[in-house]
Amino acid sequence: MNVLSKIAALGALALVTACSNNDPSALGGAGGGSGSIVPGSPNDPRSPAYFQQAVGDRVLFAVDQSTLSSEAQSILQGQADWLLANTDYTATIEGHADEQGTREYNLALGARRANAAREFLISRGVAGNRLQTVSYGKERPIEICSTEECYSKNRRAVTVLTGSTAG
Amino acid sequence: MMRLLTSLLVGLTLLSAPASAQTGPLRLELDQGIIEPMPFAVPNFVPDTPAAAQYPTDISRVIAADLTGTGLFREIAPEAFISRVNSFEAPIQFADWKAINADALVTGAVNLSGNTLTVRFRVWDVFSGQELGNGLQFSGPTDGWRRMAHKVADQVYSRITGEGGYFDSRVAFVSESGPKDQRRKRLAIMDYDGANVQYLTDSAAIVLAPRFSPAGDRLLYTSYESGRPRIYLLDVGRVKKQELKTQDGTMSFSPRFSPDGRSIVYSLTQGGNTDLWKMDLASGQSVRLTNTPAIETAPSYAPDGSRIVFESDRSGTPQLYVMPANGGEATRISFGQGRYGTPVWSPRGDLIAFTKQNKGRFHIGVMRVDGSEERLLTASFLDEGPTWSPNGRVIMFTRETQGASGRSSLYSVDISGRNLRPVRTPDGGSDPSWGPLLK
Repeated sequence: MNVLSKIAALGALALVTACSNNDPSALGGAGGGSGSIVPGSPNDPRSPAYFQQAVGDRVLFAVDQSTLSSEAQSILQGQADWLLANTDYTATIEGHADEQGTREYNLALGARRANAAREFLISRGVAGNRLQTVSYGKERPIEICSTEECYSKNRRAVTVLTGSTAG
Repeated sequence: MMRLLTSLLVGLTLLSAPASAQTGPLRLELDQGIIEPMPFAVPNFVPDTPAAAQYPTDISRVIAADLTGTGLFREIAPEAFISRVNSFEAPIQFADWKAINADALVTGAVNLSGNTLTVRFRVWDVFSGQELGNGLQFSGPTDGWRRMAHKVADQVYSRITGEGGYFDSRVAFVSESGPKDQRRKRLAIMDYDGANVQYLTDSAAIVLAPRFSPAGDRLLYTSYESGRPRIYLLDVGRVKKQELKTQDGTMSFSPRFSPDGRSIVYSLTQGGNTDLWKMDLASGQSVRLTNTPAIETAPSYAPDGSRIVFESDRSGTPQLYVMPANGGEATRISFGQGRYGTPVWSPRGDLIAFTKQNKGRFHIGVMRVDGSEERLLTASFLDEGPTWSPNGRVIMFTRETQGASGRSSLYSVDISGRNLRPVRTPDGGSDPSWGPLLK
């Protein structure tokens, strides 16, 4: 099992590299060549900052939904690859809802979203005991306007890295 | 302050009545659609001694505010009074009160003996010149003067409407401050009218949706104190809390007491799925009540404890269902357009209040327990979380305003849909839970 997931991880790493090369926004232009990577910076592929910015730490959901769009799945694939390559890290997936909904229903909806992301990561080989979830319902919006532009960013599951010896 | 209030023993003594009138002609029938509020007068109560003189005006003002606040009564301004009431025992000059169109008159006296305040009062039907019910007196420590005023107002309300009062009661709620994306929440408790706010938690952890025990001595609420939503039980008098341990799960929330106060029904989330469970408080043992892949939350017991109304999205959208209190087959009761949530069974057992979301607006509404006769009482950008007054006549709820500077505050509305009023709190407020009438 361990061997298998390591092989999967190696394959995934190659995939990440390929994706990143095709995605100009992923690595940011600032750092320049590979010689100037500052450990821990967004240019360091092993850093939480890289996970957050280059891999993408969050996926978004449609109104009332917890199903993963193809875009969400590709971001989660990146997260799975990263987590398989950086086994020092565990993660807590935070599920959120927009303000259109009652408090308690939204708590449960946030839990569904966090769980959908967690299940996807597990299906891609990340060990379940590395992944916890928590729902914030509508208690912690990241955007505060009351239009769909903000709501769409608030309906999210955010993978927050925890418990690394490195970081 | 809390300790004083909870330890306040209000003595109740029947005064010998000069005229023992029973049900007079003075009566408001609440189910017949009152259009015109009944005019009443509350001349300042008479202090027995100069030492008692600091209380009568405040007490009279609270009584008048309670009655006016119902929307059923209209106070006649003291400036219009012809008669002065300088003695509690002196005969009432009914002609003077008729002349200013007062239908009801409340007279009273205040005595101060050491730290004990005694409030005596009578309610008069001005038209017939008869006393409505019998004179009563309440005694208690001076700090409890507002409670004594509320008790007088409850008596006036009861005698004229024939229904129980709700003024001598408290509301638990979540006090909110700070911007929308970093809101700080604290559990708080206050008198029903917003006075005497006491904070029960600090703002270190998010707290949600408190619920009073049937006796009003305990609160259930949800807190992120441990990092994840968990249910806590708080002894209100001692401000002492404990976490209620559930089965394993990522989250336990939405707790409500059973009518006998011995068990709770709540939501438990396992593997992303939320079901309803019931816990016996003495043993801590939980049993599952629902078992579906849908979200089941926001339960509420019928007052006789036989059934539970709750919210489920098993049909695809959140709707209201009723099931036996021990689980079993649930019957859907909401069939209108839109999404329904947070059902709360009325203390009289006849209605269910709910939150409805339809076409981008939120409403507080009521329906009969079989789902018939749905009526929406409010409409705004975001109304949610109704709670019933102890007599089942008024609903308090959360209203949140729109936009980046959106703010939550408490409102109340009569179940007729009239008399929408803000409930003043020091900061923002949400998730009210109206406790029982105090003893």
